[in-house]
Amino acid sequence: MKPFEMDRSEYRKVGKAVPKKDAERLLLGEPAYMDDFAPKDCLIIKLVRSKYAHAIVQDVDFSEAMEIPGIVAVYTYKDVPNHRFTTAGQSYPEPSPHDRLILDRHVRFVGDPVAMVVGENEKAVDMALELVKVDYEVLPPVLDFHKALDNEVVIHPEEDWTEAFQAGDNKRNLIHTEEHVRGDVDKVLSECDVTVDRTFRTKANHQGYMETMRAFCEVDSRGRLHCVTSNQIVFHTRRILSEALCIPKSQIHVEKLRIGGGFGAKQTVNNEIFAAFAAWKLKKPCKIIYSRSECLTAGSPRHEMEIRVRVGAMKDGTIRAIDMTTLSNGGAYGEHSTATIGLSGHKTLPLYTTTCEAARFHGDVVYTNVSSAGAYRGFGATQGTFALESCVNELAGMLNLDPMEMRLRSIVREGMVMPDYFGEKLGACALDQCIAKCAENFGWKEKYPVRDMGNGKVRAAGMAITMQGSCISGIDVASCRLALMDDGSYIMTIGAADMGTGCDTILSQMAAEVLECDLDAITVMGADTDISPYDSGSYASSTTYLTGMATANAAKKLRENICRIGANLLGAEVQDVDFNGQTVVCEQDGRSVSLGEISYAAQCNNAISVEVTETCTSPISPPPFMASMAEIELDKGTGKVAVLHFNSVVDCGIPVNPALARVQAEGGALQGIGMALTENVTYTEDGHIMENNFLQYRMPTRLDVGDINIDFAYSYEPSHAFGVKSIGEIVINTATPAIAHAIARITGTYLTVTPFTPEKVLRALNGLDVSEHDKRFAE
Amino acid sequence: MDIQMVVNGSVVESTVSDDTLLLDFLRSIGCVSVKRGCDTASCGACTVLMDGKPILSCSMPIGRANGHMIETLEGLRDEAKPIVPYFAHEGADQCGFCNPGYMVNIIALLRENPDPTDAEIAHHLVGNICRCTGYQSHARALRAYLNDKKEASHEAL
Repeated sequence: MKPFEMDRSEYRKVGKAVPKKDAERLLLGEPAYMDDFAPKDCLIIKLVRSKYAHAIVQDVDFSEAMEIPGIVAVYTYKDVPNHRFTTAGQSYPEPSPHDRLILDRHVRFVGDPVAMVVGENEKAVDMALELVKVDYEVLPPVLDFHKALDNEVVIHPEEDWTEAFQAGDNKRNLIHTEEHVRGDVDKVLSECDVTVDRTFRTKANHQGYMETMRAFCEVDSRGRLHCVTSNQIVFHTRRILSEALCIPKSQIHVEKLRIGGGFGAKQTVNNEIFAAFAAWKLKKPCKIIYSRSECLTAGSPRHEMEIRVRVGAMKDGTIRAIDMTTLSNGGAYGEHSTATIGLSGHKTLPLYTTTCEAARFHGDVVYTNVSSAGAYRGFGATQGTFALESCVNELAGMLNLDPMEMRLRSIVREGMVMPDYFGEKLGACALDQCIAKCAENFGWKEKYPVRDMGNGKVRAAGMAITMQGSCISGIDVASCRLALMDDGSYIMTIGAADMGTGCDTILSQMAAEVLECDLDAITVMGADTDISPYDSGSYASSTTYLTGMATANAAKKLRENICRIGANLLGAEVQDVDFNGQTVVCEQDGRSVSLGEISYAAQCNNAISVEVTETCTSPISPPPFMASMAEIELDKGTGKVAVLHFNSVVDCGIPVNPALARVQAEGGALQGIGMALTENVTYTEDGHIMENNFLQYRMPTRLDVGDINIDFAYSYEPSHAFGVKSIGEIVINTATPAIAHAIARITGTYLTVTPFTPEKVLRALNGLDVSEHDKRFAE
Repeated sequence: MDIQMVVNGSVVESTVSDDTLLLDFLRSIGCVSVKRGCDTASCGACTVLMDGKPILSCSMPIGRANGHMIETLEGLRDEAKPIVPYFAHEGADQCGFCNPGYMVNIIALLRENPDPTDAEIAHHLVGNICRCTGYQSHARALRAYLNDKKEASHEAL
């Protein structure tokens, strides 16, 4: 038996564009999602939500609501365990502060749940919601996140507030603070020929998953809580439900079915707690489905961030110092706040490692009385990339340099140690090729100049580069179990969650490469806490890299075991046999035994397992890279910006499935374009979100974009069996700075607050003030 | 109210409350391909055919659908099947939640206009929001399907 080895030029499954395993079922509308399978007699749960941004609930009178026929129960803060937890799904020790109760008497944003109404049908529950009378003691809210730190109004005054790393202080409205310093930034900046100093702000953008947040829970035949949810993190869900409900983890079983989009939103357990609580209390199946409006006002959007960046460069364009200060708005609760802020720095500063002599990052995340933020594709890096890349583009303009050529001087290169990225060594990097190939594909030289089209419209182009990670180094754990069935097919069981991204398929491609089988021979199960081996879940761009690593290892081990059993059946020594996917062959005499025989015979007088589980973690998080270029057409009369062409070239190592990788990159690009141009989140003076439906929260339609063109620059990540890195998150990062760059080429003004509405663009064009009036902020 | 309609070729009779929406009724009788993605008639995930025309079932009171012919993707699978491999090939299905809505709308388009231009396709499907794909793969898939269909019909001649 030879160990599995294959030159990448010989891959037969990895690197091939094959359809997703579930494609046909999804395209034909077969049942696939939670609500397609939930029992018909599920009780329906809806939430009474706070009308005020900050208040104490004095009394909840639900006597009239209970008189509505079909209403089963109304629960308030009096009914739930007094034990704080977090709804963020991250690993041990969960870094987000434990600052929530299932229902809290102290409500902290407009939309914070006050009471849970449970009834036999939706109509009864809707009627009852209107009849629940809540008496509030209204408190002054903190709506301006600039004024949150050390404000006299304390949003989380509770004594039982805890946070694992002691980097926050609830009495100061501070969720987390961190700093990274390398070299003397002020000194190097003072030596630079040119510096820019700008402050940027991005909004609390929504992921816009098409399936709203939902779950159903029931008590199963063993008396355990069974939760069927639509989320990315079944194991974290089990832990969080255990903490929230104060019941043992052994009593909880969580599974996800198909997920109608996640993009990070479903890395937070924000609706499951209600279904679980009611089902456990009532011992009846209970279902909660958030309305779109609830998702847009009480979901888990991107952290609003204000980022000040100072960058210094020499006349030749060499970038020598970067100073970044991020203020992040956590909103009412601290989910994912601790982790997102760091990424605004450590997923941007390393981009210019080659020449950047000094770097500083400081970040504070604060509590305010608006909807709590969470995880969204890009996870802080998106916000940081907008800020840093805008400054680099502005520097290029000041120095009269081509921003593409200028970057080539300073960008990080393969083999470098990145001091601003935890000292990790860069094993694979094709960023230089990304830039060059993107320029060629896009036609940079022709499109970069500002061109008046003579019809009231002007065209120009902009660019940006970016990086992300491929897991959380030293933290994430991924596993894969592969079992040989007695007909020679395989079952793969994972705890990673396919959100539509296709991980069930690309992991099967990796296993099929090693086992030399067809993709159809592998059935993928999971994610299910009772049957899946532990996996942190699908987030932090980890699945392809880390779960992929576990999958490759499991397949190799299973291949060995198949050879061992085959050798026994052939009466041969194991070193004398090899496996070709169908048969184990004795190399000396050519005798063979088929996989079907091996799998069936393994059920008799055999102690070698045909079921293998492998678990991985990684000391490094290899960054993927990307360069993007956008051509816009700006209407001088209206200020409207249309994106005509958007090109990206991605270095995700070896793309396991180029078709799926391309769709990831196209989808991310358009989400980024939405963030740049139309997706806004604004508030009234008293903290209500204005954009609470899809008419006002304007996500791009297919008429809102021209051509998105994706290509790849290949590198080979040496720490992975198939040379892969991630692609899921990086793809959203570049659109905002690239479009801002193109607008600035025409107007002369770098817009620093998203989205770049026609009004702002027109004001920029006419040299007027482009600052955005925000009703939350005192003038 | 008592209602009677033809759903996917079968007569369906039921007693429902007046404020029932067609979307919820269809799901209740097992047509779960019909999805709710928003509450404001702005995403297209609930698209079905009423008397052959695409409508948003989330905004159709049951009384207005009463007596009409309704088709959901469950009843249109034979028409969808030739198109499906092209979308699968592009990876355009992604999370899948919006797929039934646009697939029904594509069928409606091709019945009316068997050879649409890319611009006509984009305009027709503009109400079908997809957050996963950036729409490019949809356009490639449908173009490839139409080109192959045209080629096949030329060969047949």
